Amino acid sequence: METLTKTMQGVPLNHYTLLCAIIFSIGVIGVLIRRNAIVIFMSVELMLNSVNLLLTAFSVYRGDATGQVFVFFVMALAAAEVAVGLAIIVMIYRNTNSVDINVLNRLKW
Amino acid sequence: MSTFYFIAFLSIFFSILVITAKNPVHSILYLILTFFTFTIHYILMNAQFLAVVNFIVYMGAILVLFLYTLMLINLNKESEPRKSNLVKIAGFIGGACFLITIVAALKAFTVSQPVLLSNPNLGLVKNLGKILFNEFLLPFEVSSVLLLSAMVGAVLLATKDPKTA
Repeated sequence: METLTKTMQGVPLNHYTLLCAIIFSIGVIGVLIRRNAIVIFMSVELMLNSVNLLLTAFSVYRGDATGQVFVFFVMALAAAEVAVGLAIIVMIYRNTNSVDINVLNRLKW
Repeated sequence: MSTFYFIAFLSIFFSILVITAKNPVHSILYLILTFFTFTIHYILMNAQFLAVVNFIVYMGAILVLFLYTLMLINLNKESEPRKSNLVKIAGFIGGACFLITIVAALKAFTVSQPVLLSNPNLGLVKNLGKILFNEFLLPFEVSSVLLLSAMVGAVLLATKDPKTA
């Protein structure tokens, strides 16, 4: 473990920010271009995870463990969100027989 | 140092595959690989608690939940109609504009300091547990209530209505 963390010495903070920004944008693009509700949900998970990684990087950078505690709470929130969201998707599938989000346009006028 | 860049490349590569794979099952498998690379990132930053939690909660619980839902609703490959190319290009441009905005904001910084681990036991379970149960005891308990309510909500939503069934 000591040698592993030694290899990390010298990665600039900007590169962590860049990596997380790229993965967050990939999540945004995924939400925009897909029609399958489950894949959209997975893109949202991708965005949550990139933010988690950035919080951890800043926490290590500042030497403050509060950021990692916050990541733990984000993970608990993500677990709750996934449980409720997938239940909603199952219910939508039971009612409309598809998970295509373009079918769900009844609130449109 | 080169380890970070290699793992970062793998993260980006697999996350692109997540949103481009046609079959949703392949999408989920690529997402598992992406989360595995994130676990490696956590280990490289010596955040051992988060690495273990990411491994167990995300790869063990959440993605299995996704796979089970896919199995339950039995999606075949042709069930997803593709979006029109115009919408796809618009979505891609929107995401790219977002990325360019962040990168441009990042450029405004001066040369950043390297991420140095000043306190080696910062992310260990012992240290985080002390902080979690001293300063963050109330949020911790509230999150347990949140998980309980999510569980009740999921069971309520996913069970069949006895009147209509």
